[in-house]
Amino acid sequence: MSERNNIDIDYVANLARLELTADEKAKFSGQLEDILKYFDKLNTIDVSGEEPMAHPFPVFNVLGEDKPSATLSQEDALANAPKQRNQQLVVPKVVE
Amino acid sequence: MSDEIYYKTATELRSLLDEKQISSVELIQAVIDRTHAVDSKINAYLDTNENQALAMAQASDERRASGQTRGPLDGIPVSVKDLIVEKGKKARCASRILENFTSPYDATAIINLHNAGAIPWGRVNMDEFAMGSSTETSYFKKTVNPWDLERIPGGSSGGSAACVAAGETILSLGSDTGGSIRQPAALCGVIGMKPTYGTVSRHGLIAFASSLDQIGPFSRCVEDSAMLFDAISGHDPLDSTSYAGEIPKCADALRTKKGPWKLGIPKEYFPDTLDPEIHAAIKSAIESYREKGCEIVEVELPHTDLAIPVYYIIATAEASSNLSRYDGIRYTHRSDETSNALDIYFKSRGEGFGEEVKRRICLGSFVLSSGYYDAYYLRAQKVRNLIRKDFQEAFKKVDALLTPTSPTPAFKFGERSDDPITMYLSDIFTINVNLAGFPALSLPCGLTSGNLPIGLQIIGQPLKEDDLFAIAHSHEEAHDYCKLHPCI
Repeated sequence: MSERNNIDIDYVANLARLELTADEKAKFSGQLEDILKYFDKLNTIDVSGEEPMAHPFPVFNVLGEDKPSATLSQEDALANAPKQRNQQLVVPKVVE
Repeated sequence: MSDEIYYKTATELRSLLDEKQISSVELIQAVIDRTHAVDSKINAYLDTNENQALAMAQASDERRASGQTRGPLDGIPVSVKDLIVEKGKKARCASRILENFTSPYDATAIINLHNAGAIPWGRVNMDEFAMGSSTETSYFKKTVNPWDLERIPGGSSGGSAACVAAGETILSLGSDTGGSIRQPAALCGVIGMKPTYGTVSRHGLIAFASSLDQIGPFSRCVEDSAMLFDAISGHDPLDSTSYAGEIPKCADALRTKKGPWKLGIPKEYFPDTLDPEIHAAIKSAIESYREKGCEIVEVELPHTDLAIPVYYIIATAEASSNLSRYDGIRYTHRSDETSNALDIYFKSRGEGFGEEVKRRICLGSFVLSSGYYDAYYLRAQKVRNLIRKDFQEAFKKVDALLTPTSPTPAFKFGERSDDPITMYLSDIFTINVNLAGFPALSLPCGLTSGNLPIGLQIIGQPLKEDDLFAIAHSHEEAHDYCKLHPCI
C-alpha cells in the first residue's frame, strides 16, 4: 500500500462534492498521508480465506408488509428546505 | 445518598416520588435551577425546553396520583444528545450544516422514553456528527469537564457525560460508534453503556457509521442505566438491523444475579503506555472482584492493535456515504454563494462541515474510491471479522472482560486537536467492542492524584446485558466511586 500513499486531495474532494480551502487541502494532504501510513499495519497479517464482515450480526432480507401507512405531509417534509416555492424545492436551473 | 435533589439517582427518586416526598415538578425545577446555576461554566446544553418539561412533569404527577404511573422512569428528566431527533426540536448534530434543522418526527428511542413517562428536557452538545473524542469539534460551544474546567469532557457524547456529572440532569441518552459513550463517561466519572448492536433502534439516530452506531444510557448509578436500557431497547421494524429476538430485562436482574463470575483480563489492554494511576486503579478493581470470589483469568485478543486502522477505514467509509445526504438542497444549510447546481453541493458542504468532518469524508471517499477499495475497505472488513473472532474465542472461557476505558484521564483543551492519530488513539480500548458488536459499559473506579475520574470498562457477551449490569452493580455496591461528585 505504501506506494499508494499519495492522496490526490483535489480528486478525493471532488468525489465527495466538498469544497476545501487551500489551507485545508495542504493540511489534509499531509495528515491523510500520515493516517494511511498508519493503516499499513493492516498489511502485516494474512487475510486470505477470511470473510469480510459488514455487520456485527448479519441479517438478510428484512422485509416489511407492502401496505400504505402514515407518512410526513408535504408541508412537514419541506419545512426545513432552504428554498421552496409552490410546495417544491427550488434549485438553480440544471438543463439549458 | 446526596442531599441535593439534582444529584440523586433515578432509583432514589423513584422511592421519593412514590412516597410523595417530592413531586416530578419539584424535581424538574431543581434540575432547571441547577442548570441555570452551573451551565454557564459547563456548557453542556445546546437547548432546553423548560416549560414543556414542567408540563410533562405535571402530567407525570397526575398519573402517579391516580395510580397510573408508567414505570420506574416516570417523571425523571433525561437529556438527549443532539443527534437523536425529537419532533419539533432542533437536531443539529452540533454542525453548522444542520443549524436550522427542526425534526419532523421522533426517534424510536424518544418514543420509548415518552412511553416510560421519562421527560426528555434538553439537547446536549457533542462532537460534530459524533466525530471526535473531546467534544471540541462542536460548531456551537466547548463543553468542559466538570472535574476540571480546563479539561475536555471526552467525546463524542461529552455533553451527556458532563451534564450527568454536574447534576444538570438525572439521566442522559448518548450514542457510541467507537467509544463515544464509554470514554466521556470514564473521563467525567459517571456510568455510560453501549448496548449490543441491534438492541436499541437506530431509527431517528442521525447516522455516522451505521454498522457501529448504538444509542445508550448515561447515569450516576448502575441500576439507573439498566432501567434506561430496559426502557429504550426492543425490536423496531423501522430499523432493518434491529434485533428481533428477546432482549434481557436488566434492572430486575441486579437483584437476582450475584455471581461469582469468571472474568477475563486481556493483556493487550495493559500496554506500557497506559497511565500508571489508571493501571493501578483497574488492578485494584480486578482484585476487588477476586476477593468477592470471582475467578480471574488472562485472555488474549491478538488483533487488538489493528482495531484503530480497521475502525478508521470502516467508520470513515460509512460516514462519507451517510453524510452525502447533506446536499444543501433538501433540508440543510445552503450556501448563498452558488451560481449553479453543482456549486450548491460543493459550497454548502464546504461551509457547513467543520474540519474533522471534512477530513473524515475525504478519508472515507478515498478508501472507497476505485482502485483502493480492495486494499483498504475490503481488507478492513476481513480484519474486522478476525477481531470479532478474538472476542468470541475469549468469551468461551469467561463471562466478561475487565479493561481500562481510556488510556489516559481527561486531557486539556487543544492538546490533541492538531494531531488526528493521537486523538484517534483515545479510543484504543473501546473501538474493538463496536467492531465486534458486543455490549460494554464504563464504571467509575477511582480518581487520579489530580482528582480526575478513572473508568473501568466491563465488556459483556452479546444479548447478556443483564450479566453486564449485574457485574458492574456488584463493584458499585462495594465501593463509593459512583457517589463522588465534582466541586463546581
